[in-house]
Amino acid sequence: MDFLHFMLQNQSQVLELTLEHLWLVGLSTLFAVLIGVPLGISIAHRPLFNKIVLGSANIIQTIPSLALFGFLLPVPWIGDRAGRLAVIALTLYALLPIIRNTYTGIRGVDPAVVEAGRGMGLTESQLLFQVELPLAFSVILSGVRVAVVISVGLATIAAAIGAGGLGEFIFRGLAMVDDKVILAGAIPAAVLALAADLSMGWIEKRLQPR
Amino acid sequence: MPPSPAPVIEFRDVSYRLNGTQVLSDLNLRIEFGETLVLLGRSGSGKTTTLKLINRLLSPSSGELLVNGVPNTQSDVIQLRRGIGYVIQEAGLFPHFTVERNIGLVPKIEGWDDARIHNRVHELMQLVGLAPEMLSRYPNQLSGGERQRVGVARALAADPAILLMDEPFGALDAITRNDLQQEFVSLQRSLHKTVVFVTHDLREALRIGSRIALMESGRLIAVYTPKQFLQSKDPHAAAYLKAFGNGFESECN
Repeated sequence: MDFLHFMLQNQSQVLELTLEHLWLVGLSTLFAVLIGVPLGISIAHRPLFNKIVLGSANIIQTIPSLALFGFLLPVPWIGDRAGRLAVIALTLYALLPIIRNTYTGIRGVDPAVVEAGRGMGLTESQLLFQVELPLAFSVILSGVRVAVVISVGLATIAAAIGAGGLGEFIFRGLAMVDDKVILAGAIPAAVLALAADLSMGWIEKRLQPR
Repeated sequence: MPPSPAPVIEFRDVSYRLNGTQVLSDLNLRIEFGETLVLLGRSGSGKTTTLKLINRLLSPSSGELLVNGVPNTQSDVIQLRRGIGYVIQEAGLFPHFTVERNIGLVPKIEGWDDARIHNRVHELMQLVGLAPEMLSRYPNQLSGGERQRVGVARALAADPAILLMDEPFGALDAITRNDLQQEFVSLQRSLHKTVVFVTHDLREALRIGSRIALMESGRLIAVYTPKQFLQSKDPHAAAYLKAFGNGFESECN
């Protein structure tokens, strides 16, 4: 339990890095939702583009994370600040599950229900906000959940480019060949991922459409 | 109520093609105020297409369609639809809304105040024979017959003059269907809506319709009163009578 001792000794730094980690994950998830949900909705309504959009998101997903951080480093503006770069990279990774689940969720709404709504005189935006999105909500949320869990893990890599987060301990521990320092980064990161997964799973269950 | 001089709905040489297939050919049909016109036909005869052309869920490939004397393409599509009640098989209720919200939806988006919506919803529940306790239930907590009653109540909510019904009772068991058909006939006697009702069930058509438009392969064969239908020598009508057996005289509306 050396790492516990180490963590207690470095309490304030553990807390700081955890908050930094949460900030990276939270901000990138927010951006990914703001971009991914509207994209998912639009490809659900215009299937013409679904292959292009889902395909691109898929390709991004296949780029090794360390390489993506490296690719973005020389890009003007993005590469200027490590935190900015990390948030952008994490946002790109979080897009796929969010776009895909939004698309699947909206497509999964019973077409008879949508047609009934349209026939009753709901406008397209009323249909979207009162019928399609509420009915697709739990599917979309489970996409966000997957994205968050992936991001918590990936955000540890951000330390490689100096963006902070719990990865700092991991990389430092690797350099020092010191298990307890690695664990001081890895264990809190794992706990964060589990906590995010469980709490979002709970929300998902609560909001399940009937 | 004085009958309007012009038909409420009029099809003028309406055709509908989808991906090169002729779904509906040169339909000419006048639907008068307060009648229940039944579109009777087999699957693929074009009856549902005919219905959806009225509220512009589909647009004709050629010809024009007048609702209240105005081509329906000239009126705002949202306003047109809100003035036409729409009931489909399995009701198409919103699964995430309670019965109350389902019924009150159109009044709500039309901007009625809450008290007025509340009163209207209660009035409709009584009209379609549902207990007020049902208001807080969700559609999956209702029986098929109850769902269909909610579907009818929802369509009537904003008091539209026209009601479109697409096999509304098709998925119900025989006894429930029978009850709902009878209730519908008595309801219609007091409401005098202009109803267009799609079915493939001859018995239902005879029971409910003031006139029956027989359709086959996208064409209108003829329009009959229920009594005329029974006496018709047309082979299409005769095929129906043969398939459904005899003893319909007592069923006629």
